[in-house]
Amino acid sequence: MTTTTAQSEVSYLEAISQALDEEMTRDERVFLMGEDIGTYGGAFKITEGFQKKYGEWRVLDTPLAESGFVGAAIGAAMMGLRPVVEMQFADFISCAFDQITEVAAKNHYRWGAPVPMVIRAPFGGGVHGGPFHSECPEGWFFHSPGLKLVAPSTPYDAKGLLKAAIRDPNPVIYFEHKFLYRRIKATLPKEDYIVPIGKADVKRKGHDISLITYGAMVHLALEAAELLAKDGIELEIIDLRTLIPLDKDTVFQSVRKTSKAILLHEDNKTGGIGAEIAALLAEECFDHLDGPVLRIAPPDTPVPFSTPLEEYFLPKTSDIVSAAKKLAAY
Amino acid sequence: MMSLSLQTVEREIKRADLVQMYFYLKLTRALEDRITALYRQGRIVGGCYTSHGMEAIAVGYASALERDDVIAPFHRDMGAFLIRGITPGEVLAQYLGKRTGPTKGKDGNVHMGDLKRGILGFVSHLADNLPVATGAALAFKIRGEARVIFTGTGDGGTSRGDFHEAMNFAAVRKLPVVFFCNNNQYAYSTPQRLQMAIPDVVDRAKAYGMPGEIVDGNDVAAVYLASKRAIAKARAGEGPTFLEFKTMRMHGHSEHDPAKYVPAELLEEWKKKDPLLKAEQLLKQLGYGDEAYFHEVTERVKKEIEAGLEFAEQSPLPEGQEVLEGVFATEDEVES
Repeated sequence: MTTTTAQSEVSYLEAISQALDEEMTRDERVFLMGEDIGTYGGAFKITEGFQKKYGEWRVLDTPLAESGFVGAAIGAAMMGLRPVVEMQFADFISCAFDQITEVAAKNHYRWGAPVPMVIRAPFGGGVHGGPFHSECPEGWFFHSPGLKLVAPSTPYDAKGLLKAAIRDPNPVIYFEHKFLYRRIKATLPKEDYIVPIGKADVKRKGHDISLITYGAMVHLALEAAELLAKDGIELEIIDLRTLIPLDKDTVFQSVRKTSKAILLHEDNKTGGIGAEIAALLAEECFDHLDGPVLRIAPPDTPVPFSTPLEEYFLPKTSDIVSAAKKLAAY
Repeated sequence: MMSLSLQTVEREIKRADLVQMYFYLKLTRALEDRITALYRQGRIVGGCYTSHGMEAIAVGYASALERDDVIAPFHRDMGAFLIRGITPGEVLAQYLGKRTGPTKGKDGNVHMGDLKRGILGFVSHLADNLPVATGAALAFKIRGEARVIFTGTGDGGTSRGDFHEAMNFAAVRKLPVVFFCNNNQYAYSTPQRLQMAIPDVVDRAKAYGMPGEIVDGNDVAAVYLASKRAIAKARAGEGPTFLEFKTMRMHGHSEHDPAKYVPAELLEEWKKKDPLLKAEQLLKQLGYGDEAYFHEVTERVKKEIEAGLEFAEQSPLPEGQEVLEGVFATEDEVES
């Protein structure tokens, strides 16, 4: 387990660990459930040492049954606890789809009982996981009223959004990107903080094109922006951070300024979050647009395994550069 | 399935409790008959699922629970709602889509829930509430509370994965939950023999190392006593029990369904085992009630339902724009 030390750099993964640890210490209602999270510390070791510190009943190893333990989290949440459940991989969330969309999402609307719980979903590709360990399933839940969805891209946001999710009175799916776990580090504040749910972050100011994205793609966008700057094209990069409720104001404000928009995500293209934002821009920002709204997203295939296939599948900086150049010509 | 002796009932069940159960059997029957009539008159829209002929299950188990306990009921458990304090007026308001119903018109018929009265709202996806109930039981266990949750589904619902996931998790962790199956022999039109390859649903419990019991679901005393035993075990930390309540669905799946797929002789046979008749026989044998008393209860129940209907009919419908309210809970609804 990571202990909080001021000024030392922590990885995205350690930031998640810290958030869980600090919330469990702060609030005894917070407890964890999932497969292999106790003795083993989780497939990615996020909860390593937690069971020793908090005991078997607050760091609960469950049978291999996602629907069962997500359902159990819903019940525990209704009885006043604050469960955080771990999907070993986000892909397995499909097993709990019914509990999430039919029970957790509709509960408060139907009969007024809040369901304050968090589902941690390690998602995304670039890790040679293949079709069952690389998925970006956020699109499925984006269409289900009653859920909040967050997807941090930095250690700071990873910690602050997880804390906010745990303190939220609603079911929150927390999409943590596996590719970022050990690849990015940052120095985090010593004191307790949250990143509010529902607030996007302008990661880079620019006046030519708004690039709207989230998760690991934020880093790809930042790389592409540096390349484009050399050609005199300045991208404004919006990291959504929260997918539901969407921070429309920040998105619209940026697009009204730049008049051009690119939507980038790692989930496949059809019916993705980019499609929704494109529709919103058509409805709300049409008068400001100087060019077509472009989407950069993987093709409509499962996430493939073999390296050349996955490389082809995932968006690349060159995709962003060519889309931006095309759009800049308008 | 053991038949209870008169002595056992006399010894194990307080007279006042048995008399009260009889009242709730009558109230359930009369209320659901009223709802069915309203449905036939076209005054109730949507689904109309009754517990006709199965009233003893919900009345029996809900009477065996304590106030602080919780239920996650099946959709044929009207008696349990009433015992936990949902009034006939609220039930009728719910059916009529009125703002005074427990879901304020957001959901219909038996989809009622209320945390204050210890009722988790029913979910149509059968068995969905079983994992949810194990979670409530887990919360009781984590906090060291001596509370129990009672939950169940039908014979059809036991085919769902969620049934098995919940049974397994509860057994592994010895959670304070009691599972029941309302085995009314038909899941919509599908008979039990096409639902599973076992004669008794209770056999499913063995796979989870969970004790199980077959109970006469039409005998309110038997349901009550079996529930009491299972609840006491759960409360004492001895883990979950599975109760199979054998009964028969005497109406269609919903009131639109004439259920012609059910053999008439089967219904004839079960008509003789009607839970209200059984309860009246029992009360007579014990000297707790006679025909005059039964008639008096009928009148009392009728009055209560008519008053409830008046309340429901006079209650306002929600305004259209209320559709937008309540998708998300707010901070002030939970303890921070």
